[in-house]
Amino acid sequence: MKHALKITPSGDRDLVMTRAFDAPRKLVYDAHTKPELVRQWLLGPPGWTMPVCEMDVRVGGTYRWEWKSERDGTTMGMGGVYREVKAPERLVSTEKFDEAWYPGESLNTLVLTEKGGRTTLTQTMRYESAAAREAVIKSGMEKGVAVSYDRLEDVLATATTTR
Amino acid sequence: MQAAHRLDAIFAALADPTRRAIIARLAAGQASVNELAEPFAMSQPAISKHLKVLERAGLISRSQDAQRRPRRLEAKRLEEADKWLERYRQLWEANYQRLDALLDTLKTQVKERKPS
Repeated sequence: MKHALKITPSGDRDLVMTRAFDAPRKLVYDAHTKPELVRQWLLGPPGWTMPVCEMDVRVGGTYRWEWKSERDGTTMGMGGVYREVKAPERLVSTEKFDEAWYPGESLNTLVLTEKGGRTTLTQTMRYESAAAREAVIKSGMEKGVAVSYDRLEDVLATATTTR
Repeated sequence: MQAAHRLDAIFAALADPTRRAIIARLAAGQASVNELAEPFAMSQPAISKHLKVLERAGLISRSQDAQRRPRRLEAKRLEEADKWLERYRQLWEANYQRLDALLDTLKTQVKERKPS
């Protein structure tokens, strides 16, 4: 693992993810806004591909993403609208799954800052309600992501200390 | 309390820095309200309010010591909240590790286009 990913609940309906990347933010921004790049990494659990990745990155433009499980053919889709587009530092969009298991849509704000060739990504997901946020977090468990269950470190540390 | 609501109460309780500090203090051992109030520039009633939120979330409880009524950490509840988040984190970590690899490739391509 190169850099640790931190996810913390903030306020009563936000989830905040932060992670560093050893690349200039222009590239990190491209990887979030160019469909041919997005479909190479935004795949979720192992064994899934992204056959549909359409993005019209401008204010009011829409995007459409679909994933497919290579194992059983299950598909999953979502999409939304871009609300703010400020390359290469800020991207705000709405997000709604086709078969949403939580109420409403979320508002996602991506902020990229660069220092010494390293980019820090902060992704804030604001859900419609505290209950919606909870449903999202729980889904990570119910879908039984096939990854080894290593000893947790940073989340607990974040929850128990005020750094 | 229903599982969903309980988790919600836990996250709400942990969203506040004072309450996280109280949790950190109780992780080191049980403490009375006075002892918990000490490090903060806060009145005892203010601290009691925070304790009530933590208690409602099931994160802390009171011991039956009648005089001091010390609070103690309910570590199991904290682990529960942590477990949900950890699974979610793993899902995104897999994505970001792929992004790391992609960025490495992109960096190489940029370099090749710009002869130094």
